[in-house]
Amino acid sequence: MTELLWLLPLVPLAGAALCGLAGRRLPKRAVTIVACSASGAAFVLALAAFFELLALAPGDRRIEREFFTWIAAGDFTASAGFLLDPLSAVMALVVTGVGFLIHVYSTGYMRAEAGYYRFFAYMNLFLFSMLVLVLAGNFLLMFVGWEGVGLCSYLLIGYYFDRPAAADAGKKAFIVNRVGDVGFILGILLVFLTFGSLEFGPVFGEIAADSAFAPPGSGVLTATALLLFVGAAGKSAQIPLHVWLPDAMEGPTPVSALIHAATMVTAGVYMVVRCAPIFSRAPAALDAVLVVGIATALMAATIGLVQTDIKRVLAYSTVSQLGFMFAAAGVGAFSAAIFHLMTHAFFKALLFLGAGSVIHALSGEQDLRRMGGLRRRLPITFWTMLTAALAISGIFPLAGFFSKDEILWSAWAGGHPVVWIVGLLTAGLTALYMFRLIFLAFFGEARYAQGVHPHESPRSMTAPLVALALLSAVAGFIGLPAWLGANRFARFLEPSLSLVRRGDAPHLSHALEFGFAALSVAVALAGIFAAYRLYVVRPGTAGRIVARWGALYRLLRDKYRFDEFYDRAVIRPVLRLSERTLWQRVDVGVIDRAVNGVGASMAGLGGVLRGMQNGLIRSYAAWILAGTAAVLLYLSLFRN
Amino acid sequence: METLFFYLFGGIALLAAMSVVAQKKIFYSALSLIICLGSIAVLFLALEAPFIAAVQVIVYAGAVMVLFLFVIMLLDPFSAAAARDKRKRLTFLAVALGLVALAVLFTLMRAHDPATPPLAGEPPGGTDPVGRLGRLLFTRYLIPFEATSILILVAIMGVVVLARKRS
Amino acid sequence: MNHYLTLSLLLFLVGTVGFIVKKNVLAMFLCVELMLNAANLAFVAFARDLGQLQGQVFVFLVMVVAAAEAAVGLAIMIVLYRCRGTLNPDEADTMKG
Repeated sequence: MTELLWLLPLVPLAGAALCGLAGRRLPKRAVTIVACSASGAAFVLALAAFFELLALAPGDRRIEREFFTWIAAGDFTASAGFLLDPLSAVMALVVTGVGFLIHVYSTGYMRAEAGYYRFFAYMNLFLFSMLVLVLAGNFLLMFVGWEGVGLCSYLLIGYYFDRPAAADAGKKAFIVNRVGDVGFILGILLVFLTFGSLEFGPVFGEIAADSAFAPPGSGVLTATALLLFVGAAGKSAQIPLHVWLPDAMEGPTPVSALIHAATMVTAGVYMVVRCAPIFSRAPAALDAVLVVGIATALMAATIGLVQTDIKRVLAYSTVSQLGFMFAAAGVGAFSAAIFHLMTHAFFKALLFLGAGSVIHALSGEQDLRRMGGLRRRLPITFWTMLTAALAISGIFPLAGFFSKDEILWSAWAGGHPVVWIVGLLTAGLTALYMFRLIFLAFFGEARYAQGVHPHESPRSMTAPLVALALLSAVAGFIGLPAWLGANRFARFLEPSLSLVRRGDAPHLSHALEFGFAALSVAVALAGIFAAYRLYVVRPGTAGRIVARWGALYRLLRDKYRFDEFYDRAVIRPVLRLSERTLWQRVDVGVIDRAVNGVGASMAGLGGVLRGMQNGLIRSYAAWILAGTAAVLLYLSLFRN
Repeated sequence: METLFFYLFGGIALLAAMSVVAQKKIFYSALSLIICLGSIAVLFLALEAPFIAAVQVIVYAGAVMVLFLFVIMLLDPFSAAAARDKRKRLTFLAVALGLVALAVLFTLMRAHDPATPPLAGEPPGGTDPVGRLGRLLFTRYLIPFEATSILILVAIMGVVVLARKRS
Repeated sequence: MNHYLTLSLLLFLVGTVGFIVKKNVLAMFLCVELMLNAANLAFVAFARDLGQLQGQVFVFLVMVVAAAEAAVGLAIMIVLYRCRGTLNPDEADTMKG
């Protein structure tokens, strides 16, 4: 199978090409079959690759395949090669697995949309790019996939391109991501300058050997790590580049589930973990990751409390959970970050798909205030979403409990009690906003418009919901904490992280860990209970709180006014600079004048030359004779 | 004998050529050119190119120049008033440049061909110059030869098209 | 040999100067013929000098081309005269830049 590794991304690419180029003429059914079978085949291939890897001894679980030399210029060579190790295998499995389920879901959700084939072409293209990203064996190929997923994200956010909000959101996502990508590119350049290579193997090997010119903690490593983290922050929507993700909800809901929850936005986390050998030797950069991650987690959770759009609540939840992952990486618990990435992919995709099912049932209604009472109307959606909400809140024994608890425990064990406290608080807030959503949507009275008759979604949509609910429920058992057994997930991931530099972990008792786990479950339960009190038992309470804390509420509602700040601090000055200085001075005064000057001088020269074209044959002949005479003169004078 | 031939007919050719340029009336210019071409034909003979000399007389001095004279008479440029030269300077320029080129070429020729005795090689045709030229034309240079016939055909058609009176 | 070349050169330059000096298209045409003949003379002289017939073949081809050119050129001149009523090339300067 590993010989056929190149097939893994190419199958979705072929699907994308077929749907994109011929999809307009194909019947919908054919597009459905092509797109779903392409993603399904990719999943089967990823599964085969995974088991092949599993069959190897843990130390040998690293398969590198170089297909061809991509760029060779002087000393610089970059190959197009894939690296299959436990980390990329896990990522490929998550991407193709969740991707396949969402493809199936989309066949139901997108059935009535115009441009059906376009949607699936982009989705398959996204799978291709994402697989290139996670399987890439060097920084440059990773960057290709990185930009590819960015492009697909842009295309899919702007899927309803006739809606200005969607088109603007697409542009915003693209531009904000550019800021991060600059950091990423600079980081890649710095890696090349320092190590003279871009292949993961040699670079990380050099770093792990604690080489003299880039010793641990040195400025070069710190700068590299920080630049790479800027790229990761852009892609994974961390402060201060998080502003694009909530707006990205303008895209179709399956896109939000696949790209803006489960896979693409986690690319930043993946990249940080892939570069863990660098980050673990740059303590300052790691601290920056930690601070940004935990701050994002808290901030996004608080914003999520007051959003009324069901998808935006989930979007801020995603930002918050991504913050958790970065916090995990920041305390050095890289495998915990990937573990949370995986479980989050399951339950957050499920939440989005469930939200899509609700929206579908209500004919496009997204406002939580106009839902309610859907529990009996949409039973499958309700139960699956409840599973996901419990999972994300961290209730034992669902998947989110294990992954989140491992992060919190790592924070404490790594000597970051403040992070632990903030994380715990955020976990409580997570439970609160998530059950606010559940209670507002599924409990209470029906507040949707008269004449709307919600109905359960078709089987093509509910089947993926059930599958993801199962995964959300049981996926946690592969990463049990120490007091319950062995963490098989961390052990599987170990070969990928063997080059990470680790401090001495303090030996803490299992009893303490169990106590912390119980505490976090208690906090989550408290959050759920608070939501129950606020939105079910006494629905008016929330309004009174808002009235009491008006300023705070408005601050949260306006998302801490990041967009307004960027508007003032970046966009308007840039516009003013462009208009006043660049346009009216530089462009008109310098560039236009230079261009016109060139034109005028050419016209003058042409006027001179025009005199030669006087239409007199005889003078032409005279010029020919003069030329001949000149040539002869030259020959007679200088050729001897 | 040959030297005498050369100086006699070369001189005639040169004088006739100057007369071509110097004559005010185009008719005399044309007649002078016929004389010039004729004497060049004699020089061809002296250079042992009898076929070329014959063609020169029959085709060139004969047919082509007759055509010229026909056109001259048809257009009747005698009556046209001598147009004023818009470019007086051009004449001086031309003469001056011509002299420069002459001088330079002459020195070049001197420099490059110092001691070749005149007419050093074998006569090119041997005993049967016309026959050999004909054989050469119909074997090795067959394609250019046939191409000239196409050229002539095209020229005939072009002339017919151009000279046809438009109704 | 040199004599023939010199004569050819002189004839050619006379033709060139005439071409520039003359104000009548027909006369200019005559000068072109003169120049062609000067070149022909050089060809034949070289053919004799080098003992090869190729020079004469060239002269033959040049003559054919000159005949065709004379025919077409004269036809053009007739058209020109018909259109503009003059044979002075300086008057035909519609294409000047």
